[in-house]
Parts: sequence; structure tokens; C-alpha cells
Amino acid sequence: MDEGGSAAGPAADPRHVVETVWRMESARIVAALARIVGDLGLAEELAQDTLVIALEQWPADGVPDHPPSWLMATARHRAVDLLRRQARYRRKLEEVGRATPAAVEPDLAAGLDDYVGDDLLRLIFTTCHPVLSTEARVALTLRLLGGLSTAEIARAYLATESTVGQRITRAKRILAERRIPIELPPPAEAAARLASVLEVIYLIFNEGYAATAGDEWMRPTLCGEALRLGRILAGLAPHEPEVHGLVALMEIQASRTAARTDRDGNPVLLPDQDRGRWDRLLIRRGLASLDRAAGTLGPYVLQAEIAACHARAATAADTDWDRIATLYAVLAHVSPSPVVELNRAVAVGNAYGPQRALPIVDGLDLPGYALLPAVRGDLLARLGRVAQARREFERAAALTRNARERELFVARAAALGRTPPRSGQRS
Amino acid sequence: MSERICVMRYLTLLKGPRPAAPPPPGLMDAIMKLGAEATAVGALLETAGLAPSATGSRVEVHGGALSVTDGPFAEAKETISYALYEVRSRAEAVEWASRFMKLHRDLWPGWEGEVDVLKVFGPEDMPGAAGAPGAPGSGPADPPGPGPAS
Repeated sequence: MDEGGSAAGPAADPRHVVETVWRMESARIVAALARIVGDLGLAEELAQDTLVIALEQWPADGVPDHPPSWLMATARHRAVDLLRRQARYRRKLEEVGRATPAAVEPDLAAGLDDYVGDDLLRLIFTTCHPVLSTEARVALTLRLLGGLSTAEIARAYLATESTVGQRITRAKRILAERRIPIELPPPAEAAARLASVLEVIYLIFNEGYAATAGDEWMRPTLCGEALRLGRILAGLAPHEPEVHGLVALMEIQASRTAARTDRDGNPVLLPDQDRGRWDRLLIRRGLASLDRAAGTLGPYVLQAEIAACHARAATAADTDWDRIATLYAVLAHVSPSPVVELNRAVAVGNAYGPQRALPIVDGLDLPGYALLPAVRGDLLARLGRVAQARREFERAAALTRNARERELFVARAAALGRTPPRSGQRS
Repeated sequence: MSERICVMRYLTLLKGPRPAAPPPPGLMDAIMKLGAEATAVGALLETAGLAPSATGSRVEVHGGALSVTDGPFAEAKETISYALYEVRSRAEAVEWASRFMKLHRDLWPGWEGEVDVLKVFGPEDMPGAAGAPGAPGSGPADPPGPGPAS
């Protein structure tokens, strides 16, 4: 920005521009470097070198006209340089007749094309590799694909910076030691590897969506990062219905953000939410993503279909519980879990009445999960079995670690008869 | 990194003089390419061009009275297009707008105009938005609540 001439504040401090462009471009730069040098740790080091050069040069010489191209060209230049030095070094070693250390064979020509889509795919399949622990996958993905700093990831996960830093360092070391190639998975592994990528993205989303701690920065940031990764993945793998299913699920769930808490910050459950506060743009985008996966029955598509049933209902009373119960029955086949069964019980209870739902709940074992007795209590109350219902709500109140939820369960128990004994501390 | 990041939406409005000639075709191609790129990285949610104000109207309140005037509007500048971005900082929105305007500068010599980059109010701007707990659990959809007390 040159001559402002207005009362507008100063913009475009070159350092700030470097940081901004860096965050926008770093995933693509790291991805391109990773393909050239074949090692994530080295790719990230070269990328950091590039950032340092930009921080030195831009404030002095001005911001280049096309910052992304400048960063990419500088980064590739450094990578190719490094490989040439390594090659010269190897030749020297051969001349003096010693053993040659193993090194990656650089694909220099490949390093010069301009297409980064496949590079990004290779990178995300590598950061989400099943050889790594879930925590490591999440941290590495946020770092290399989200462009988040170690400090930012630490703040999001309420961990110390050194913990997250070590997690990332260890992950890169494991990938290097196991000689994990930075490549698209072979066909035989494709489904499992894609599932791992989708799981990492959804975990990041859920960490933000279900946040019960942390500052206000955390929830929107993690949900936003996950959505962004999902949208990028949908562009790179447009023929994978489960990717569209995941994006649809996240878009529709994120559409409820503003309605999920009241003015005092208390949680508002789905049936009680003011649907006028749902984000129509996100719902529209979510339904469009779902259309792209139409007719498939993967777990993310099914969950998105369920979310879409809620999104399409103008009021809670309009909810198509019949369809939701059916979708949960299919989901229970595709991806069985006690939590899915519990959700199915709620849907069956709403669609066909509590007497049909109770047997489902009675067959469930979810130790320490407060929502199981809460759902059971609600079904029993609707069947008029008041004393049993009250006991279930007391159990739920004792199990939950969420103070506001506890108040809710205590109130439900109290409404069903005598005041229950207070369990747990109100915090 | 100096600035806290957060997910925010920005509406950008391109304004410029009513063009005497249509924009060069090379510019439109470049704009489409930039739009595709911004979409691919998850930043651009929506964009569209706007017809000249001659095809629109203005509804005003002045001195307690409502009036409707058909376009064209009197101002020399027209609003030409809009875009809605979802980004992590104001600086990112400004960067996208800058890339968009550099295309105009480079491919349409003599053209002048501006983009207003305006923040869309989000949940983070509302009172009571800070760190409120969400529903617990990590069920597939919103975990079931105890259900309405019916």
C-alpha cells in the first residue's frame, strides 16, 4: 500500500505481510519441499530458512509483487542447492573411497513444476500416517498443514509448548526412522489411510466443537482449521464421498455455533436452540457437500445425513425422527459403537415412543458416561416410572464433570420427586 | 507470529468507475483462476459480480420520510462485485484483496478502483461468546441431551 492519504490506520508493515503470507502459503511450500527432499523435518527446516530470508529481505527491499511465487521459488532454490551439495559431497566421499551415506535421490525436474495439489495430498497422508499416535498426527497436521505455531497448538490443546514441540519432533523422527515415503498410499492401503486422515480432521473439529475449557480463541480456531483442511481435501480428492460427508458434517455442525450457548454462556441443547441463529450459509454449503456424496453409506456421510435432518427442520417439532432412527440403524451396522446406539435410542424414543427405546438403552454399557443414565432417566420418566427415573438422573448428576449439566440433571431429578442428595462439588 | 488467529469472515466490495469498455478478457481469466485458488484453499466462500446500478434502486429514509429512487446512482463509482472470505486474520483478507487488485493493476492499464475489506460480525463479537462450554461427549452428532422435559 503506498500513499494512504486518509485517516485509515497504517497497513502492510512488511514483517506483518511476511507472517500473513507465510501462514497462507506454508503448507504448500512445505509440501513442495517434502517432495523434493523426501524428508519432513528437512522440508520444514528449509521452509523456516525461507521465512527467515523473507523477514530479512522484505522490510529492506519492499514486499515482492507476488509473495507466494517469491516464497516458493526461494524455497525450491534452497532445496535444490542442498541436494546438489549433498551429491557433490557423496561424489567426494566416493573419490576418497569411503562408504556413501544414504541420501534421497532428488527429483530435480519434478521440483520445478508448478502443480502443488498432489504435494498437499502427499503431505497430509504423511502427517496422518497410522504409524504415529493420534496426538502426534493431530499436532503435526496442525503444524505443517495449518501453519499454526507450536505455541498456538499448545494453547488450543491446553498443553505446554515444550510438550507439543517434543510431540512434533518425535513424530518427524519416527517418520524418518521408519523410512515412511512421502507419497500417496498404494491402492491396497488407500481406504484405511484416508480413514486416518478423516479421523484426524474430525478430531481437530471435535476438540473445538466440544471444548469445555480454554479461551474463546480455541473453539472457532480449531473448528475453522478442521473445516479448512476438509475443504482443501474435498478439492484434492473430489471423488471420495466420505470426504464430502465429513465436510458436510462439519459445515452443518458449525452452523449451530451461535445457537449452542445462551447470553450467559450456558449450553443450549439442540431441541432448545433458536434456529434463527443457525448459519444458513454453512447449512447450504453442508447440504451441497452432502449432495456430492449422495447414495453412499459411509460413516461420515450417514452422520452428515443425520445432521442434515436437523438442519432441514424449521422447528424441533418438525424433526424427521423416523428418518434419523433409520439412519442410526444403518450407522450402527457400518460403524458400531455404544454412543451410536445411545443416539439411536434417543431417535427411536422420539420416533416411536419410549417403550421401543428403553430395551436399546438397557443393553448398553458406557461406564462413567453421564448421558447414558440421563437418556435412560428421560425414557423412564416418559413411561411414568418416576422413582426409577429420578435415580437415573441422580446417577447422571454424579457422573458428569460439567457443572451446568449437573444442575440440569439435579433439576430433572428434583422435578421427579424429593430433592436428591447433592453429589459432587458445584464449581 | 504476532497476531492471535481466529476464524473470521470478511466481505470485500470492489468499487470503481463505470467502465467505458468491458474489462480485458485476460483479466477475467486471471480473476477466475484466483477465485479457484482461493476456493481450493478454503478461503473463498462466495463471490459474484454486480450489475450496473442502472438496473437497481435505492430505498432511503431522510427527514422521517421514505423514498425510492431507481438507478443509476449519482456517485461516480459503482459497486462492481463482492466476495465473502473465511480467513484467520484481517491481514489474510487484505492479502486476498491485494492479489485481486494486482490483477487489475497489471492487466488493465489505467484502471483505478478500490476494495473495501469489511469484517462480518461473528459469534466471537457477541456478548457471552467467550469460552462457553459446548455439549460434552464426542458422539457422532450432537450428543443427545436428556430430552425436552415433556
